[in-house]
This record gives sequence, structure tokens and C-alpha cells, in this order.
Amino acid sequence: MSEHEEHQHHHAPPSEIEERVKKLEALLIDKKLVDPLSLDLLVDTYQNRVGPRNGAAVVARAWSDPDYRKRLLEDATSAIIEMGYAGRQGEHLVCVENTPKVHNMVVCTLCSCYPWPVLGLPPTWYKATSYRSRAVSEPRSVLKEFGTELHPDVEVRVWDSTAEVRYLVLPMQPAGTESYSVEQLASLVKRDAMIGVTEVKVN
Amino acid sequence: MNGAHDLGGKHGFGPIDRSQTENFVHPWEESVFGLTLTCGMLGQWNLDQSRYAREKTDPAHYLSSTYYEHWLHGLELLLVEKGLITKDELTDGKAAAKTKLQRVSPEQALQIVRSGAPTELPQKNPSRFAVNQTVVVKTNNPKSHTRAPTYIMGVKGTIHKLHGAHIFADEHAKSGNKVPENLYNVRFDGKDIWGSDAEPNSCVYIDLFEPYLLSFAD
Repeated sequence: MSEHEEHQHHHAPPSEIEERVKKLEALLIDKKLVDPLSLDLLVDTYQNRVGPRNGAAVVARAWSDPDYRKRLLEDATSAIIEMGYAGRQGEHLVCVENTPKVHNMVVCTLCSCYPWPVLGLPPTWYKATSYRSRAVSEPRSVLKEFGTELHPDVEVRVWDSTAEVRYLVLPMQPAGTESYSVEQLASLVKRDAMIGVTEVKVN
Repeated sequence: MNGAHDLGGKHGFGPIDRSQTENFVHPWEESVFGLTLTCGMLGQWNLDQSRYAREKTDPAHYLSSTYYEHWLHGLELLLVEKGLITKDELTDGKAAAKTKLQRVSPEQALQIVRSGAPTELPQKNPSRFAVNQTVVVKTNNPKSHTRAPTYIMGVKGTIHKLHGAHIFADEHAKSGNKVPENLYNVRFDGKDIWGSDAEPNSCVYIDLFEPYLLSFAD
């Protein structure tokens, strides 16, 4: 971007939609339907406090603790509450396990259902038309775009979140990390691997 | 309704823009997120009604606008429909009348998102289908809200898991009533959905309510 363009960008007049939202927000605050402090608190909660670090802690524990892994795969809702993660869009959770024979990935073709308490809010690409349309009909091509190439013998299971059950993928633990601490393991686990579009790699 | 939101298997949307890793692209999207949640907490509509409001966005606009524009559209529609604001107030941005509704405090808002709203209910009827049973998705074309995507209509699948009974989304959107219906996770083979165009060794698992399903023998 040239200096000139950058300058224009910073001083561009507010877009039509920005004005529309500003007006609506002011109206709702004026009518006392909304407390502005609630708005800030909710955005801060889901931007900074609830996010994929939670899911990574769940995955790392499942890799290190066979009993926990079993509980997680049998009843993810309880196993995740046990870690202190609960709330909206995570009332009913199911964890699906990747193995050398099975690869799982999650989508919501009808809107953008996503397990908020463990992954936070979904990235923009998850909510966009390309992912929502293609994940169910051409999952291998979609995975390839994320750099994930699976052997033809591996079954791809796509979970389309159509009801109020939310899905979390338990990725495969990378080889050579057996001696890692739970914290070290958690640092390897990224959001996209828990959506199921990538695999976990050693840095 | 089978509007533009019902995207499963539709062609022509191109590669995934993996650079879009953020939750919010513009600050106004944060406002729309916060307003949608806090207004929802006033208890004047439920989640399925709010999904239905977003689905009613004009299809051409739905496909050419961003995700939080759908939310904004849905919120404005519900606020006016439920009488929380008038069309004139929305246009002018100025409050013309007071409201009796009590807004939620920041503490209440945080408590509400932390506790969530489970949708599981006691079963009204025993499960009609059993694990491993073959079922077929009924062909329907309701104009109202539904959670049965069109790409699996008429397709046969296998019951993978029983989820017990949950609030039936279709009725919840229509009347607001929390009617229990049995919910199943159903496995569909890629070939049964997409025929010879299916990618090899792929399948889709979908949560479907009992009224969406028929026994394969029916």
C-alpha cells in the first residue's frame, strides 16, 4: 500500500453500514434496551478470554491422561465442564477422534454453529460461503487447500452441526512428543486442528 | 426455508480465503455481535427465531454480504417485528417512545453466556429409530425455519447415535414453544448424497430430528 492510499484509508468516511450500526446502537442505548457496558464486556469475553486455548488444554490433557481421553470421547460435555469450560454454544458437546484410519472435520452448512466455550468465536473463513458449501461435498479438496493431504484409505468424516450439539475434533498426537509436558502439548494445538482442517505438527 | 443460507454442496463459491482468520473484520461487527446477544437476552425471541430472521435476508443480498450483515438484518427485523422499536425510530435513530423492558446488566449478561441454555428435554416418546437402522430423510419444502438441509433430502443414511430429545427447532421458531423431539446423529455415505461425483471414502454426519426421518422400509 502506498503512503497516499494508506492516508486515504485512515481518513475514509464511515461506510453506510458503519453509520447504520452506530445509529442502531445509539437508539438501543437511548431506549435503555441495551447497557453499553454489557456490549464491551461480551466482546472482550469472546475476543480475549474464551478461545482456542481452552480447546488446546482439553486436547493436551486427553493426550496425556488415558482416563480423561475416555471420558472426553464418551461424554464431552461433562469432561469439558470438568476443565471449567461451559456456556453458550457449548451446552451439548461431542468430541470426535482422529486416528490413522479416520479424519474428522466440522462445518455448519446452514449458519455458523461452533463450540464457543472451547474454540471462541469462529474465524471468518468458517462462516464464509466457500467453506460452508464445499466442506460436505468436497472435503478432501478443502483439506488440501489447508495443506492437509490424506491417504486415500483414510475415511473423511464431515460433521455438519445442524442442531444444538457442537463438535470438537481430537487431533492425533504428533510422533516424538511423548515426553512433552501437558503445557508443551497444548502449545502445539491450534484452532484449525480442532475444527479438523489441519493436523497437529511439531513446531 | 431453503434460502441462500442452505449452502451445503452448492457450487461456484471458489477457494477458501484462509487469510480470513479473525473473528471480527471491522469494529462495527463487534457492535453487531454485542447488540445481538444483549437484545436476545431481553427474552423477546429465541435462537431459532433469530436464525430464521437472518435466513429471511433477500437471497441475492445474503450471498453478496458478510456474515455480520446477516446478523444485523436479523436483529433489525426482530426488533421491529416484536415491537421493541418502530420503523421510524430505526430510520431516524431517535427514541420516540419508552419501553417497559428491563435491560440486562453487564453482570447478568456474563452470567447468561456462562450458563448457556441447554436444549435437551425429557423424551415425549421413545426413540422410533435404533442405532445402525437405515433411515431416509423426508422430502419437504417448508417456507418456515427448519434444520434439515436440502442436500440430504430423500437420501438414505444410518443412525449413528441417539441424542435423546431436544427442543424441536422448527416449532421453536414458529411458536416459541419448547416441544421435545427425538434427535439423532445420522451417517450418510458421500456416494449416497453426491452419486458418482462424491469424493472417495467420505461421509457426512448430521444431527436430525425424528420428524425429518422415515424408516427405510416406509
